This record gives sequence, C-alpha cells and structure tokens, in this order.
Amino acid sequence: MIDIRKLSKSYGSFQALHELDLEIPEGTVFGVVGANGAGKSTTFSILATLLPPSSGDALIGGASVRDSPEEVRRKVGYMPDFFGVYDQLKTEEYLDFYAASYGIALHGRGVLIGQLLELVNLSDKHDVYVDSLSRGMKQRLCLARSLIHDPQVLILDEPASGLDPRARVEMRGIMKRLKEMDKTVLISSHILPELAEMCDEIGVLDRGRLVARNSVREIHSRLKGDRMITVKLNGPSDEAVRFFENRPFVAGIAADPQVREVRFSFSGSEEEQAELLASASAEKFGVRSFSEEETDLEDVFMAITEGGSGQ
Amino acid sequence: MNTKFSNPVLMKEIKLRFRSPKSFVGILFYLAAMSLFVFGFLYLMTTLDAPGTGGGFLNTEESFILFTILTYIQLALVLFITPGLTAGSISSEREKQTLNMLLTTTQTSYQIILGKLLSSIAFLALMIVSSLPIYSLVFLFGGISPAQLALMLFYFLLTTLAIGSVGVMFSTLIRKTAVAMIATYGTMLALTAVTGFLSVFTASLGFAGSSAGPSPMAHFWASINPAVVVASLLSPGSGNILSDMTGIEFPVWIIYLIFYTSLIILSVFIAVKKLRVNMKAGN
Ligand SMILES: Nc1ncnc2c1ncn2[C@@H]1O[C@H](COP(=O)(O)OP(=O)(O)OP(=O)(O)O)[C@@H](O)[C@H]1O
Ligand SMILES: [Mg+2]
Repeated sequence: MIDIRKLSKSYGSFQALHELDLEIPEGTVFGVVGANGAGKSTTFSILATLLPPSSGDALIGGASVRDSPEEVRRKVGYMPDFFGVYDQLKTEEYLDFYAASYGIALHGRGVLIGQLLELVNLSDKHDVYVDSLSRGMKQRLCLARSLIHDPQVLILDEPASGLDPRARVEMRGIMKRLKEMDKTVLISSHILPELAEMCDEIGVLDRGRLVARNSVREIHSRLKGDRMITVKLNGPSDEAVRFFENRPFVAGIAADPQVREVRFSFSGSEEEQAELLASASAEKFGVRSFSEEETDLEDVFMAITEGGSGQ
Repeated sequence: MNTKFSNPVLMKEIKLRFRSPKSFVGILFYLAAMSLFVFGFLYLMTTLDAPGTGGGFLNTEESFILFTILTYIQLALVLFITPGLTAGSISSEREKQTLNMLLTTTQTSYQIILGKLLSSIAFLALMIVSSLPIYSLVFLFGGISPAQLALMLFYFLLTTLAIGSVGVMFSTLIRKTAVAMIATYGTMLALTAVTGFLSVFTASLGFAGSSAGPSPMAHFWASINPAVVVASLLSPGSGNILSDMTGIEFPVWIIYLIFYTSLIILSVFIAVKKLRVNMKAGN
C-alpha cells in the first residue's frame, strides 16, 4: 500500500534521507522509530505531498507523490507533528470544514462527524470551541480530522507525543479500531515501547537510513523468552533460594541476604510464572514482592535485527 | 448546497469573521464616523448658507462636493484596509500551523486562494454596502446620478480585488505575515503615490524638452492611479486636464480596467502556482 523507493531528500547540502526503501503491505500498522532528526517528519511530509523528494519516489496505493499528488491526497490522511487549530470554531464545525474541504456532501457530514467523534472519544465535546480542548483532545480531534475522507492510508507523525499514560492507552485503542477498519497506518515516535504497543511492525530510522525492521510479535516473543525476576522477602533468603532452585524454568539464582532479595531468570510462560508466584507466596519465607524486570526493548530490538536490513 | 460551487475556505472564513465582535465594532465605528461627517457637513452647509440663497438645502454643487469627499474617504479606506485584510491570509495559516492540513485536503489551490481572497473582500464589501444609505442621502440633493455611484462601486471593487490579490500573493510567497503586509502596503503606495509622482515627473520631462509632444508614459502612470480614475469618473471634465498635460486623449478608465484586471489575474495565478510545492521540483 505504501511503497517508498530510493527516496532521498536534501536540505541544501545536508542529506536528510538516503535512498530510503520501505514497503508496507495493506492493513499493516507500521511504526517508525528514530532519534530527533532521524528523518521521520521529512519522510512523512513527502508522503503527504508537502515536500518534494530530491530523488526517488513514493507510491501510495499505486499513486506517485511526484506524478499524481492529487490522487495521493485523496488516499492519505495526514496528521502533522505540530499543528494548530482554528480558534473560534467548535469541534463539530472544525470537522465540518475539513469534510467540506474533501468535497464530502453536506447531507452526509453530520452522521460522519458523529461517528468520528465517537471513535476518538470526543462525543461529549462536539459543541465546545476547539481552542478550549486539552492538548490530548486536540490530538485526538486531529486524528479524527485525518480520517474524515475515509482514507486507505494514515500517516501520523508522533500522534502520541505529549499524551499522558491514560491518553496513550486510549490512543492504542483507537489504533486497534483503525486496524479493524483495515487501514494502513504509518506512525512515528522516538519511543520504541510506545510504538510497540500500537504497531504490527517497526522500522528504525537512523540519520536518514532504515537500519532495522522487524515485526512486533517477534520482538515480544523474544522479550518474553527470558526475563529477570526479583523476589523481595520477609524471611531469610537461603530458604527462598532452596525453594526456587527446584522449580522449572528457573536459572541463575542470585541471593542478597542483606536486602533479603532473590533474583533469577525465568524462561517459562506467563501462566507458569503466575503459578510460581502462587506457590512461592504460600511458603513461609514470606514473599513481600514479586517483580519482573523491565527488559530494555531497544536492546532486544537491536539484538534481533542485528545484521538484518539496512546499512 | 452543491459541493461543486461551494467554497469551504470562503464559508469558514466568513463564519469566523462575522462571529468575532471585532468586525461589527469596526463597521459600527465606521458608519458612526461617516454619519457624523455627513450630518456635520449638511448642518454646516445649511446653516452657513447666506440667507435668501435657498438656505436649508444643499445646492447641487455642495452635494457634489460631499459626494466627492465621501468617495475619496472610501477610496482611502479601501486602499488602507485591503492590505491588512489579505496579507495574512495564507502566511497566518502557516504561522498558526494550520496550512499543512489545509494543503493536504483535496481542495484545489485555486479554490483555497479564491476563498481567501473573496472572504477578505467580503468584509470590505459589507462595509461599503452598509454605508450606502448614508451615501444615498446625497441623491436627495442631486448633483450625482445613481449610475455614477454604481460605476464608482465597480471601480472600488476592482481596486479592492486587485490590491487584495496582491496581498494574497505576497502572503503565499512570503512566510512572515509582517513582511507580506509591508510588501502589500508598499505595492499600494506604489500604485497611488509613486504613480502620481511619476506621472507629473514624466510629464514635466516632456515640457522641459522643447518638443512638447504627447507623453504616453505620463498618461499611463496617471491612468493607473486610483485617485485619478476616481476623479475622471466623478467629473468627466477632469479627463481634459489630464489630456492637456499629457497630450493623450485615451480614456483613463479603460487603461485602469485593463491594468487592474491583469494585476488580479497575474497575482492570483502566481499565488495558485506557489501555494503548494511542486512535487517534481526535486532539489
Ligand atoms: N526545512 C529544513 N531545512 C533544513 N534542514 C531541515 C529542514 N527540515 C528538517 N531538516 C533536517 O533534516 C533532518 C531530519 O529532520 P526531521 O524533521 O525529518 O527529523 P525527525 O526524525 O522528524 O525528528 P524529530 O524526532 O525531532 O521530529 C534534521 O537533521 C533536520 O535538521
Ligand atoms: Mg519529527
């Protein structure tokens, strides 16, 4: 659905994109992660027909951004990283303006706008001035706006930036809905875990080059493979060490009697992990807490993709 | 409404503009000032009239003077307000970061530019139309015909559209509203003050040379000056003064019409071309 071919972009003598190649199949939610200045917004702007490529091309549903930008605009819903709203317009009127801008007939707009506001959980704000919405609400409104002409492809530049955790969970829910609607979505972020929550596939952009690409499922299975577990105790640790040593999937036990803590790596499933916790808490050494250490998603990601695509 | 003929930008801008109380306060203030002036003029003229000369009424000549003053006030108004209304039309969307989203819609560039231009002009048009009742007081006293008034309105509209188009063009080409504003006011001053100066200057060159032949440049500069064309419309006799000066008889209003129409077409064309980037530019 999105087909980026040898796309390069230079700003003067500075080359922001180096012959980027990327193909994204229909119905995929694809996340692009990269540090500040990696070229995410540059790529997205080109796909949104706002910036001409220096060389190469990108096709959206077969339409070239170079040769038929009008057709691309019809197929793409774009949400920029920074955007403003028209003050003095109400939420409904705001969406109505863009509906009109996409040539949607007047009689169909009311229902459409109602549906979109519901999708982004803003139904109760339909009669409120856009200006008075919170940042997260504006972001959701902008997302609704980018969906107004029912595009096949969505290009969302950091849609979750600046959102609080709750709003991010909501954003994830919306992405699920979009996936159910069979949209092809391209999202950027510089936070990998945030993207991993929303995407099917992830690509890493580094200084204008795609250096890695992998499916989120693979990353997760690798993440779930081996994890470090820390158990804090009320009683002495030697007893606990004896207990955990004889459990399946447990390896590399290390105890720290000073702080009454036992650490080990665990390779069982989530269910087996739950069983282990249940049985441990019945023991008399007293489990105070049982925690799974955050594995560094970035490390895992780079480890899996090492020697993969790119470079 | 038929979507083919509706212009989303135009509709939205009009909605926004007339929602803000500023617009109404502006018009109210303008009408109040104008009424005050007209009634003041009427009062002075009718009370200062020497007794026995039909006092209590405006004679035709006074009525004509009033009309002339009103016309020049409105001309000045149009000239000074139009750049302010149009020079921010595109650049302010850029500054407010709403332009990108506007440009990724399926509207044509022409639709967007035209919507911006017409919505800015609509406000001025409303201002002028709302002043018509005051204006038409002059009819009561004669000295001017409704046809003359209609023609005047047409030239106002033409002038407003032309300067407005230049404003929208600069707003498209220049990123900063402030700079676009300066460029538009500069153009306006060039068309009014500079053309007047150039006309007199080139005409005097003609006189300096012993061959006091026709001076087409002087005539041209004068013809594209809004104040001159308004004068020629108000009193066709003023055309003679000009032709005496330049030695050319060609009617001023035709040159004005052609020049300002071309200016509109050219500015709109450039604005439409430059609104969106050329995706094939490849630099
Ligand atoms: N208009 C411009 N003129 C010159 N250089 C630019 C311009 N826009 C972007 N760049 C440069 O291109 C590079 C890529 O920028 P881009 O905005 O695409 O990065 P990004 O991945 O979106 O970063 P961020 O995470 O900060 O949004 C940066 O080094 C930036 O300085
Ligand atoms: Mg960016």
